[in-house]
Amino acid sequence: MDNLVSIVTFIPLVAAVILALFLRGDDAAARRNAKWTALTATTFTFLASLFLLAGFDPQDTGFQFVEERAWILGLTYKVGVDGISILFVLLTTFLMPLTIAACWDVEHRVKEYMIAFLVLETLMIGVFVALDLVLFYLFFEAGLIPMFLIIGIWGGKERIYAAFKFFLYTFLGSVLMLVAMIAMYVDAGTTDIVALLGHRFGSETFSLLGIQIVGGMQTLLWLAFFASFAVKMPMWPVHTWLPDAHVQAPTAGSVVLAAILLKMGGYGFLRFSLPMFPVASDLLAPLVLWLSAIAIVYTSLVALAQSDMKKLIAYSSVAHMGYVTAGIFAVNQQGIDGAIFQMLSHGFISGALFLCVGVIYDRMHTREIDAYGGLVNRMPAYALIFMLFTMANVGLPGTSGFIGEFLTLMGIFQVNTWVAAVATTGVILSAAYALWLYRRVVFGDLIKESLRSITDMTRREKAIFAPLVAMTLLLGVYPSLVTDRIGPTVAALIEQNQAAVAEAAPLRLAQN
Amino acid sequence: MSADLSVILPEIALSVFAMAGLLWGAYTGKDRSAPMLLWATVAAFLALALWIGLNGDGTQRAFGGMFVDDAFARFAKVAILVSAAAVLLMGEGYMARRGILKFEYPVLIALSVVGMMVMVSASDLIVLYMGLELQSLALYVIAAIRRDSARSTEAGLKYFVLGALSSGLLLYGASLTYGFAGTTQFAGIVAAAGGAEHLPLGLLLGLAFLFTGLAFKVSAVPFHMWTPDVYEGAPTPVTAFFATAPKIAAMALFARVAHDAFGGATRDWGQIVAFLAVASMFLGSIAAIGQRNIKRLMAYSSIGHMGFALIGLAAGTAQGVSAMLVYMAIYVAMNIGTFAFILSMEKDGRPVTDIASLNQYARREPTKALAMLVLLFSLAGVPPLLGFFAKFAVLAAAVHAGMTWLAVAGVIASVIGAFYYLRIVYFIYFGDEREPLDPVRSPVLSGLLIASALVMVLGVANLFGVDVQAAVAAEALVR
Repeated sequence: MDNLVSIVTFIPLVAAVILALFLRGDDAAARRNAKWTALTATTFTFLASLFLLAGFDPQDTGFQFVEERAWILGLTYKVGVDGISILFVLLTTFLMPLTIAACWDVEHRVKEYMIAFLVLETLMIGVFVALDLVLFYLFFEAGLIPMFLIIGIWGGKERIYAAFKFFLYTFLGSVLMLVAMIAMYVDAGTTDIVALLGHRFGSETFSLLGIQIVGGMQTLLWLAFFASFAVKMPMWPVHTWLPDAHVQAPTAGSVVLAAILLKMGGYGFLRFSLPMFPVASDLLAPLVLWLSAIAIVYTSLVALAQSDMKKLIAYSSVAHMGYVTAGIFAVNQQGIDGAIFQMLSHGFISGALFLCVGVIYDRMHTREIDAYGGLVNRMPAYALIFMLFTMANVGLPGTSGFIGEFLTLMGIFQVNTWVAAVATTGVILSAAYALWLYRRVVFGDLIKESLRSITDMTRREKAIFAPLVAMTLLLGVYPSLVTDRIGPTVAALIEQNQAAVAEAAPLRLAQN
Repeated sequence: MSADLSVILPEIALSVFAMAGLLWGAYTGKDRSAPMLLWATVAAFLALALWIGLNGDGTQRAFGGMFVDDAFARFAKVAILVSAAAVLLMGEGYMARRGILKFEYPVLIALSVVGMMVMVSASDLIVLYMGLELQSLALYVIAAIRRDSARSTEAGLKYFVLGALSSGLLLYGASLTYGFAGTTQFAGIVAAAGGAEHLPLGLLLGLAFLFTGLAFKVSAVPFHMWTPDVYEGAPTPVTAFFATAPKIAAMALFARVAHDAFGGATRDWGQIVAFLAVASMFLGSIAAIGQRNIKRLMAYSSIGHMGFALIGLAAGTAQGVSAMLVYMAIYVAMNIGTFAFILSMEKDGRPVTDIASLNQYARREPTKALAMLVLLFSLAGVPPLLGFFAKFAVLAAAVHAGMTWLAVAGVIASVIGAFYYLRIVYFIYFGDEREPLDPVRSPVLSGLLIASALVMVLGVANLFGVDVQAAVAAEALVR
């Protein structure tokens, strides 16, 4: 199995091509076939990725399963996984079958819908396994196309505005990264990520148009990458595309967006910013830490004021991503372990929360919180599952949310006590908005006439939630399942980063 | 002498073919023979492309160095011939149904292609001017081929007046260059500039005027004003032709003059070309946003794309020229598909150009809509489609040449430009359902559209070797 990574990456794409070429007609049978093909392909991808996990050696901090081929314009097709990326691949392959199952009731252009998701899966896995700068960029950007269509075709009322905003916002963020990548190519003479990890980019301060660029080339490159990843993350204040996109996207689109696409930003920081631009990262870490702290508090407060369920969860996602960015730029074992853990856990929890909204949206066709109330009387199973994920979102011990938040806060505390203190208030605020949402939707008396006939979750819906519940609880009580796998690689990353920082001359943002 | 003739044999063959076609059309059934003549021209183009592509080797000069046949010229000629053949082919149905498929049409196209082939092989100012004028005069007539249409006539006239002005400027530049360099041959001009750090003032003025004329031909800002009007007024197949082959020829000629005649003075013209590039990219992107007419929109789109191609030239290196050639090849491939799509936009038998009329096109023609989606994202430069690699190549060349600012300007313009391509996607996929377009069943149009989209997708594997050929071509030009 020399090309296992490529197999995992391209199974969904092959399935999409098969669907596009061979599935004809738009009757019920064709729709069913499209769904089953997509489900089978994504399940196969998941099973194939389990082989990846089984063959993965956590003690080896380098890249494994590496494949390399010459490609056009002097680029290489190079893929592989290491301790940082493998779990993101698993997260993607794990969630995709559930996502496909969650859109089983879609009846509008089903074939195209399935193709869009299958293509999207290939592109998302590609982002995490790419070991060539341009290949990474290609997967990173190409994901915009299916997502643009998913929001634009299958989205809600304001879908056009949301789709354009999503596309142009993220496109603008990432084209600057493209220029930075070309500059890195010119400087290092290669686009191979493995080689670039060993390359030291210049960090001597120079003057550009009369402005002192402290940290030199590294700072400029870091900022260009930051523009892309911060938008993708999204970090305050460039998060505004996310609530729009989330609210308008169909349920499955929201799940993928929150659970996987947002993680690309965090992955990018870990793969590029920290190891390749260590000096600039060290220099600008306080900026990221404070932006994250602001994001946590600000978006939590905004979430409190929302009347739309999806928007509330979207803002809560931004807040949770704040822990991730802060944890990453704490640059210590707890911080980064916690950040990766938080990203994985948020993948399960936010995905599940959007699915929870989807369950009642499918029944009532509204996301307004005021339209609900007292659901516990009619939907006990739903109330239980929604409760579990609300608690996980709050970070209740015993759920995976707790581990992520605790580890990142511990990491941040060692670096900057003030940021840690501000960020911790986010834990309280998240309890406030999440529990309040839960109370308004689920508890109370069932007084709304329209809700009298609402039905509890079907067996299919329960089956979708079961794996998510299992993962949330399992990671909550047995976190070393993750940390054992990422630990050695993270330790190596930190060591390399700190050696590079120590070697460079000490820098301050304002030189006299 | 016979050695000289053998170098320009393809040009001679095509000229003879064009004149024979003209005589044949005049003496036989006139326009009734037009379709056959058109097919014959397509065959002639493709045969010549094969001949040039497979037979050419090394660099040969003819007529005392006035005419050169090198890898660069061959690359451009093959691209010109293939794209001209494709465009000619897809225009047939449209022209025939509107009664404007005259036998002069394929003949004029063939003559303009001869002009283009001479242009890209020119290594002397006189030859350059000859080729350019042959091409332009044929194009002026073609733009006005729909005699009874005021718009088409207006387009032709506008094109002619402004084209004549630009030819005048170019000629003035050529005479200044001749005056100060003492020769019209490119090789001599370089030598006259003689290793000095900057060109002498007279030569610099000559260069500026020459570049002005060339910028007009590639429709670079600020010499772009004719483009939207001519694109809109001319019949769509003619517009498609304007957007493809002549653009390659003009761009190749631009590179030829810049590197062959003023090769030592990169520093002098690099800034001029960089300015043209930035202005074109931004104007092309911004002005297209307000357009509802898809032909006008494509005019601004082509202005923007020419700006990107000029980035490669502005870099002033072999890598830049190679990137520019790759860019042009991909751009033309995209445009062929896009115009095949535009040609199939009809309502009640009449061509429509309003993009709003595409409302929910995807519902009725899913395959063609998907192909168009691919082309639009490719035009916008979104990976993994070939349009992205075109942009990547020129941006990489610019950064390599130390012009990072130019690359940054380019990517920002590409984001602005993405908006109007997405707007077409919006009409095709998301728009409101209204009166549909006619279902046009044309195997040629659908075939070209789908083939062009497939090229954009499958080319990711190896670019069909175009990048290798372009690198060889660039090596031949930039020494």
